[in-house]
Amino acid sequence: MATFGTLSDRLAETFKHLRTKGKLSASDVDGTVREIRRALLDADVSLDVVKQFTARVRERALGDEVNKALNPAQQVVQIVNEELVGILGGQQRRLQFAKNPPTVIMLAGLQGAGKTTLAGKLAKHLVKEGHTPLLVASDLQRPNAVNQLQVVGGQAGVPVYAPEPGNGVGDPVKVAKDGVAQAARAQHDVVIIDTAGRLGVDAELMKQASNIRKATNPDEVLFVIDAMIGQDAVATAKAFQEGVDFTGVVLSKLDGDARGGAALSVASVTGRPIIFASTGEGLDDFEPFHPDRMASRILDLGDILTLIEQAQQAFDEEEAMKVAEKLASEQFTLEDFLKQMQQLRGAGSIKKMLGMLPGAGGMKQQLENFDEREIVRTEAIIQSMTPAERKNTKLLNGSRRLRIAKGAGMTVTDVNQLVQRFEQAAKMMKTVARGGVPQIPGMGPIPGAGGYGGGKRQSAKNKKKSGGSRSGNPAKRAAENQAIAEGRPVAGTAEESKGAGFGLGGAPAPTPSADDLANFQKLLGGR
Amino acid sequence: MAERASWSLGSALRGIFGAKTIDDDTWDDLEAALITADFGPAVTEEIVEQIKAQVERYRTTDPRDVQRMLREVVEERLAKYDPTLRLTERPAVVLVVGVNGVGKTTTIGKFARFLRSYDRSVVVGAADTFRAAAVDQLATWAERAGVGIVRPEREGQDPASVAFQTVEQAKRDGTEIVVIDTAGRLHTKGGLMDELGKIRRVVEKQAPISEVLLVLDATTGQNGLAQAEAFIEHGGVTGLVLTKLDGSAKGGFVLAVQEKTGLPIKLIGQGEGIADLTGFTPHVFAQKLVG
Repeated sequence: MATFGTLSDRLAETFKHLRTKGKLSASDVDGTVREIRRALLDADVSLDVVKQFTARVRERALGDEVNKALNPAQQVVQIVNEELVGILGGQQRRLQFAKNPPTVIMLAGLQGAGKTTLAGKLAKHLVKEGHTPLLVASDLQRPNAVNQLQVVGGQAGVPVYAPEPGNGVGDPVKVAKDGVAQAARAQHDVVIIDTAGRLGVDAELMKQASNIRKATNPDEVLFVIDAMIGQDAVATAKAFQEGVDFTGVVLSKLDGDARGGAALSVASVTGRPIIFASTGEGLDDFEPFHPDRMASRILDLGDILTLIEQAQQAFDEEEAMKVAEKLASEQFTLEDFLKQMQQLRGAGSIKKMLGMLPGAGGMKQQLENFDEREIVRTEAIIQSMTPAERKNTKLLNGSRRLRIAKGAGMTVTDVNQLVQRFEQAAKMMKTVARGGVPQIPGMGPIPGAGGYGGGKRQSAKNKKKSGGSRSGNPAKRAAENQAIAEGRPVAGTAEESKGAGFGLGGAPAPTPSADDLANFQKLLGGR
Repeated sequence: MAERASWSLGSALRGIFGAKTIDDDTWDDLEAALITADFGPAVTEEIVEQIKAQVERYRTTDPRDVQRMLREVVEERLAKYDPTLRLTERPAVVLVVGVNGVGKTTTIGKFARFLRSYDRSVVVGAADTFRAAAVDQLATWAERAGVGIVRPEREGQDPASVAFQTVEQAKRDGTEIVVIDTAGRLHTKGGLMDELGKIRRVVEKQAPISEVLLVLDATTGQNGLAQAEAFIEHGGVTGLVLTKLDGSAKGGFVLAVQEKTGLPIKLIGQGEGIADLTGFTPHVFAQKLVG
């Protein structure tokens, strides 16, 4: 429930009247800590964890590092972020494989957490890494869980050991044990045991899970937990830790909009690392867990890295290069504009992408008003033009515009607006392509969102360095280096050097304002 | 930890109500208990303020009064909406929607049995053509409940067409109630939410939809509200079903959901057995929650 705006916005609000003060008093800090507490509770972080956490943050916030900072609010967010990353495990952990195969991986969790689907994803992931996994159907409880695993196994191209039909028939402990033996016989190097979903309070089923664990002696016991879970995460995680003593956690359904505070609770309460995140229904929607990204997500600071990755996936490198060239040589046409838009749409919901920008939570209202269909309408208008018209907008006289409007089912005013917008956009992009800073404030330093080739390559490079800018773009490099010299945060560099969300350096960072969003929206086809 | 505790807040509140007098600790503990039950910071604050005001007004110092007040406040807030299921149309079409893994298929199995026990004829439609083996899972439940099932004719058939065929068959056979299972979808997936709209439109060509039930998992946290809002927008939800109340989660977020959206809770699920589904009574719910 992000309706209260982002933590950073709220903190900024709290600190507004303090701007003239050089020092923070204890009561100022208390006010801030209350805001943090509320933000964390809204993100479903468990109360106990929140209490410990806020106590620690309070201590640090009263210390020197905040008082010396130019912008205490930003500094506090930075502290919170660091603490979050710390709790979430800091480092990524990989699966532990057994010295003597087969490696046994057991899955456990509540009903509907996504164990069976995860079994398929994990199997596919392991196949890609050159392993030969075997799936074992030990969920004999839920109707047709065995069938589901067989289907999932089929999709992943992995054999499934399912001697029992399920639906309450058969002994899951025996199946698991036989499964491991079968794997050893058939030379599978990894065994993934899918177990039935069970509640933490169900002593009988927890005993059964523990028996499966004893019988198979797994190398990894993965606790699968739904990212949308609330305060109950702690009770459940503790119950599973006592019951089966899992070795790692998998966070599922992270593709929703839950802030996933549960991740924090589980990691903090059990001390077990989160190893994977599951982000969709496809078997490939599975990735190693990144603590820093999760921290940004919990704080609603925006998930720039994911945004960049998504943009990279959607933007075809070659295409982007071509566009960049065209832009520089002033050959950017409506046709290219259309392609760009379609690529952007391919990256997923634009609303969602905008939502990943830092501070976007505070613009929920504007985001709500952003109509994705505008893009479809814009597409329609461009598609109603002849190729010649698309290449040269100067051709468009009154009668052509009328024809286009009719063809697209729009009015001439709409067509006029689009042409005007396009010309503005082309001009702006030309500036970018030539190394200038575009005229849209707030959009400039966000690589990927503008995503026109240059930004993308730059972001990849930024990842490798911590010192000065090595942007391939000379003007930008100069600007960034100058910014570093002046101690201003630079998007990308601040991120990498501190491992924190963007714009958390000592000074206020350019977060997009409502105006910027309106501009961006205009660019994409809003009115 | 693994003993079978009831989902009631009772144990968390016992310390408060067992105390001798009402002091600052009472309020801290009450707040903690409500937040732990997923009521969310905003609703928790409201409830605590409300009870504080009442305590002030009646000048009581007995923590047991707080217990009574809490029960009344929760009940009052829950009872603002009418939990009656409207199934007077013939056939009465019920669409069951929700995010992945909340227990839609299980709920339908139990719901079908629930309706059978009132001697209504029921047919279920397996419009979850996406998840592996979902149709078989529903078929097993249909068999247990003793109701008919309409299956997709082929793999990956359009869910809207399965829904259409189910209603069509119900009309042909004079079946009273049609329950349609849909695939789990995260409320953030625009395309899948549009598909839901399509199912609705297609079914409405045959018969008006009596109820669209949104299934919510009691373990869900504050995200439940976002889910409800998205499903209302695209699915025209008319009521809520709260499942998995047999665990340790209290599902306090439904209070916020109910108030923010105006949707009543209509059914609650408390286990994997076929009879573990009951209608929602605010009084009983509040009683159980507060203890």
